[in-house]
Amino acid sequence: MKFKSLLTTATIALGLATGAVAQDKTKVGFVYVGPVGDGGWTYEHNKGRLAVEEHFGDKVETVFVESVPEGPDAERVMTQMALDGADLIFTTSFGYMDPTINVAKKFPDVKFEHATGYKTADNVSVYSARFYEGRAVQGHIAGKMTKSNTIGYIGSYPIPEVIRGINSAYIHAKKVNPDVEFKIVWAYTWFDPAKEADAATVLIEQGADVILQHTDSTAPQAAAQEAGNVITFGQASDMGEYAPMPRVSSIIDNWAPYYIARVQAVADGTWSTANTWDGIGPGMVEIGEISDAVPADVKEEALALKAALADGSYHAFTGPLKKQDGSDWLADGETADDGTLAGMNFYVEGLEGEIPQ
Amino acid sequence: MIVLEKRPQPSKAWSYATPLVAVIATMIFGGILFALLGKNPVEAIGTIFWEPLFGEFAFYYRPQLLVKGAPLVLIAIGLSLGFRAGIWNIGAEGQYIMGAIFGAGAGLAFYPLDAWYIFPIMVLAGAFGGWLWAMIPAFLKVRFGTNEILVSLMLVYVAEQFLASVSLGLLKNPEGFGFPGSRNLQSYESAHNAELIAGSGMHWGVVAAFIAVIFSYVLLNRHMLGFHIRLTGEAPRAAKFAGVNPARLILFCLGISGALAGLAGMFEVTGPSGQVSIDFNVGYGFTAIIVAFLGRLHPVGILLAGGLMALTYIGGEIAQSQLGLPAAAIQVFQGMLLFFLLAFDLLTNYRIRAARSEVA
Repeated sequence: MKFKSLLTTATIALGLATGAVAQDKTKVGFVYVGPVGDGGWTYEHNKGRLAVEEHFGDKVETVFVESVPEGPDAERVMTQMALDGADLIFTTSFGYMDPTINVAKKFPDVKFEHATGYKTADNVSVYSARFYEGRAVQGHIAGKMTKSNTIGYIGSYPIPEVIRGINSAYIHAKKVNPDVEFKIVWAYTWFDPAKEADAATVLIEQGADVILQHTDSTAPQAAAQEAGNVITFGQASDMGEYAPMPRVSSIIDNWAPYYIARVQAVADGTWSTANTWDGIGPGMVEIGEISDAVPADVKEEALALKAALADGSYHAFTGPLKKQDGSDWLADGETADDGTLAGMNFYVEGLEGEIPQ
Repeated sequence: MIVLEKRPQPSKAWSYATPLVAVIATMIFGGILFALLGKNPVEAIGTIFWEPLFGEFAFYYRPQLLVKGAPLVLIAIGLSLGFRAGIWNIGAEGQYIMGAIFGAGAGLAFYPLDAWYIFPIMVLAGAFGGWLWAMIPAFLKVRFGTNEILVSLMLVYVAEQFLASVSLGLLKNPEGFGFPGSRNLQSYESAHNAELIAGSGMHWGVVAAFIAVIFSYVLLNRHMLGFHIRLTGEAPRAAKFAGVNPARLILFCLGISGALAGLAGMFEVTGPSGQVSIDFNVGYGFTAIIVAFLGRLHPVGILLAGGLMALTYIGGEIAQSQLGLPAAAIQVFQGMLLFFLLAFDLLTNYRIRAARSEVA
C-alpha cells in the first residue's frame, strides 16, 4: 500500500512538474528484447522509433533500453521509464505481457502498448501484425522454388504467432507443390545467431533447400549463403544485404505508421485502449522485393497473392482445411476467425511432428 | 625490466585491496569507453553508481537492489563453499531453474487451495530440486571420478530444456490461450512470495540470502566442517592427514550450493518473476560465479559484491535510457570489473620488482 501511494504521489508530483513541459513535449519509451542492431525484429521497432522522432521533431522525446530480459528486469525498466516521465511506453516482446500489466497498474496516467500479447487494461493496448499473410506469400514462393521438396523452418517458440506462420506457409507451399515437406526446428530463442546458424545448417544437411525463419538474426541467411543453392527469406526486416541470393524476398514489419499514430493520439489526448491486428492491407506487414533469383511467373503469382490478401478478397486460412489429426477445421470457402487464429495451437493436416508440449 | 616474483605468503593487504582497485580501474577505463562513445564519462559513471542509491527515484531503486542482489548472493554463498574446497560447481544456473520448477510445481499442484502450509512446502521443494540437480555431478564425481565442472555446466542446458518443456506442457497455464508459461503465482495468494513490507523489496529470498551469509560465516569460522572445507582447498594433502573424507565433502559442497541455488530460483519464480516461462532464467547462476570471486569467497565480501553487481545492472539500465548508452557498453563495463579483479589478483600472490636486465 505504502509503495503504491508513494509511487502515485511520485507520479502526481511528476505529472504536475512535467505538466507544463509536457504540453509541448511527449516522452515515449521503448523496451526492446534484442539489441537494436539485430537486423530483424528489434531493428524494425527501433526504425519505428526513429520515424517517430523524425515525424514529430522537437515535440517528442524518445528513450529506449535494449536487450531487456523478459521478467522482473523488464518490469524495472518500464517502471524506471514511467518514473522518468514517459507518457507512452511501447513494450515490444510477448514475454513483457505480465510486467506491462503490473507496471500499468502502478501508473494509471501512463499509456502502455504491448506488442503481440492479449492482456489489455484501461491504459494498456495491444498490437500485432498479421505476419501469417506474409507467410502465405513466402510459402507460395518456397513451394515453387524447392527442388528437394524439403523446406526447413526455424521456429522460435511454439506460441500461436509462430504456429500460425508455419501453418500459413505450409498451406500455400502445399497448394503449389503437393510433394512438399516441412522440417521444423525449435530454437527457443528470438535472437541467438549461433543457435540460429546451427539450426539452419542442420536443416540444410537434412536436404532442405529453402529455409524459413521465425528468429530475428541474419545468421541463417549467412549459413544458407555458405551452403549455396539454398534460398531464404528476410524475417521482420528486409535483410536486403543477402539479396538476390540466398534471400529472395522478405516479410518486413513496418511499425512506423502505427507508432506515429499512437504518439499523436497521446499528444492529442485521444488515446484509448485498442486491440490492433493489421496485415498487408494497412501496410503493417510488407513484402520485401522479390529478387531476380525467382522466375518471373512465380514472382507474378506471388504479387497477385499479395494483392488479394491486401484487398481482403482472399484470406490466408480459407477452407477446406483439416487439422493435423485429420479432424475438420474449416469447410469449403470458410475462413478462420480471429479468435481461433489468436490462440492457434495445432498444425494443419500434412505437417509432420508435434508442437512441443 | 619488470619481473614478477612470487610472494612467499599471499599478501593480506592486497587481497582486501584488489576489489577496490578493480572497481576504481573499471570506473576509469569505463569512463574512457563512455567518452569514446561520445557521452560525458562523469555523468555516465555518476548515473550508474549514484542514481540508484541517491537519485530522485532512489525510493524505488533501493528496494530493487535487494530484489536483484538477493538471488546473486544466495547462489554465490553456496558456490563459495565449494570453490574454497576446490569443488567447482559451474551449473548453478541449472540448479536455479530446477529449484524454480520444483517450487512452482509444488505450489501449482495445490491450486486453487488456500492454506498456510503451501508456501513452506514450496520452499522445501525448491531447495530439493536444486539439491537433486547438483547431486548428479556430485554422485558421478564420487562414483566415477568425472569432472564436476563439465557435468554441472552441461546440466544447465538440460535444465533449460526441462524448463521449456514444463512451460509448454506440464505447468502451462490452462487459461493462457495456448501461450507458454505457467499461471502467475503473484495472483495465487498462498504461493506468492510477496514483499514482507510493501515497497521495501524485502521478500523471503532476501531474508534467506542474509541468513545464508550468517550461516556461511559461522560455518567457515567456527565449525569443524568449515575448517575441513578451507583445509581441503588450501592444503589437500594436509586435509587427507586430518581425516577429511573427500567424498562426503564433495556431496556436501555440491549439495548445499545446489540447494541454495534452487531456493534462489524458487523465491524468484514465486515473487519478482511470478511465472515459470521458457525465458525464466536470466543468468543469475553464472553471474553469481563473478559475485563469489568478486567477494573473495568470503560471506561478507559476497554480500557487498552482490550489491555492487546489482548496482551496475540497475544503474546500467538507467544510463541506457537516460543517456542512450548501448547495452553492449554496459556489458563491457561489467566485464571490465571481473577482468580487472583477476588482473589485480596477481598482486596478491606476486609482487612486481624492477630487475636489471642481464646479458646472456
